[in-house]
Amino acid sequence: MNLDIRTEELERGTLLYIGGEIDAYTASQLREALLPLTEKKGANVVVDLSNVNYIDSTGLGIFIGALKSAESHESYLKLTGLNERVKRLFSITGLDEVMDIEEEEEAQ
Amino acid sequence: MADSYRLMQEQYVKILKTYLEDKNEIGLYQAQQFSKKVLENQISPEEVVSLHIEALEQFYPDLPQGAWDSFDFLIEIMMGYGMAYREHQILRDKQKELESEINVAANMQQTFLPDEVPDVEELDIGVISVPASKMSGDYYHFVKDNNGCVGVAIADIIGKGVPAALCMSMIKYGMDSLPEQRLQPGALLENLNRVVEQNVASNMFITMMYGSYDPRVHHFYYSGAGHEPGFFYNRAEDTFEELYAKGLVLGLNRDTQFREYHKKIEPGDFIVLLSDGVTECRTAEGFIEREELTRLIHQYSDLSAQEIVNNVFYQLEKLQGFSLRDDFSLIILRRKV
Repeated sequence: MNLDIRTEELERGTLLYIGGEIDAYTASQLREALLPLTEKKGANVVVDLSNVNYIDSTGLGIFIGALKSAESHESYLKLTGLNERVKRLFSITGLDEVMDIEEEEEAQ
Repeated sequence: MADSYRLMQEQYVKILKTYLEDKNEIGLYQAQQFSKKVLENQISPEEVVSLHIEALEQFYPDLPQGAWDSFDFLIEIMMGYGMAYREHQILRDKQKELESEINVAANMQQTFLPDEVPDVEELDIGVISVPASKMSGDYYHFVKDNNGCVGVAIADIIGKGVPAALCMSMIKYGMDSLPEQRLQPGALLENLNRVVEQNVASNMFITMMYGSYDPRVHHFYYSGAGHEPGFFYNRAEDTFEELYAKGLVLGLNRDTQFREYHKKIEPGDFIVLLSDGVTECRTAEGFIEREELTRLIHQYSDLSAQEIVNNVFYQLEKLQGFSLRDDFSLIILRRKV
């Protein structure tokens, strides 16, 4: 299965739209798209996960790698559009406290 | 090699002769048997054609020249098959080699896990850990200290298979090298986190829950590093509640602190620790809910701890069509009534 990856240039940085399931099979696609973006000094990288319904631990590892890369390259990583299942994963692993995750208003 | 070719040649002449004379099923059966033998002796397809030519030279020396020439043509065509066959052989040998190496590694990995659960008068302990493939990314560990306290660790190493197994050895040695005296769960995770942080690639991490049961006061002290929450079963109220210890995964920040939680355990109460392979059990209809899991555990709660985990595993394995997608580990510690 493939990830649906689309990028949109921001004024200073990039917005990355991801769609699909991020697991052991698709994680490398995410890494290839995400990691180089975080390696530009001062870059703003926003990852929109609205169309991601599942992330496994390998997928989570890619975000951890990206966070470390952003810290060492002085770029900035932010995640938006997490669904409940994905948000729970970031919360259980404690990553919600070290990563910038946009809290969205519940669209009810 | 040359010898075996000569033997094969003699035999081929013999069975072909029998077949040409009798033209019956037995002759064809012998051909089948012979075909197994040429495979065993790694005789290539073009060599089989040569065997045939040599036999024909004995039986029908007067064949027209065109027939002989056509065999040279056939040999040329069989060369491609021969090469593909040899390549297949090499790959098969390589695969066997890899497989046996993985088996050795898998056996070695088994030695990282405890052979038996500690024998504690006050506790009934059950544990099951089943890898999705040969190597596991789940780790568990029991330790009993001089005060009779039972330490229990459950960890999930990111990914599966060989990389996870290599990482597990680090956890195992990290745990073994911790100081002898009893460590508080929080301090233990802080120590281990420093080992992991120094030794893993940037996108690797480990989640872990560590708890210590003090049978003198019947308290369970625990801390978590991003691990899938377990459950606490309250027997008096017949309810399950989430056993959650918030904390960052191991391997991310060197100076992570881990909060310690504790729970008073009454007779018949039990603690359930698990890996995410249990809760991320995926069926045709989607993921199972955590309530489904507690319902299953409850259903078997009259049995011993070991029988509970065995039954829950069997039921969840059945739900997934007996094919695990992720490593599965489930531990139950129950205070005896």
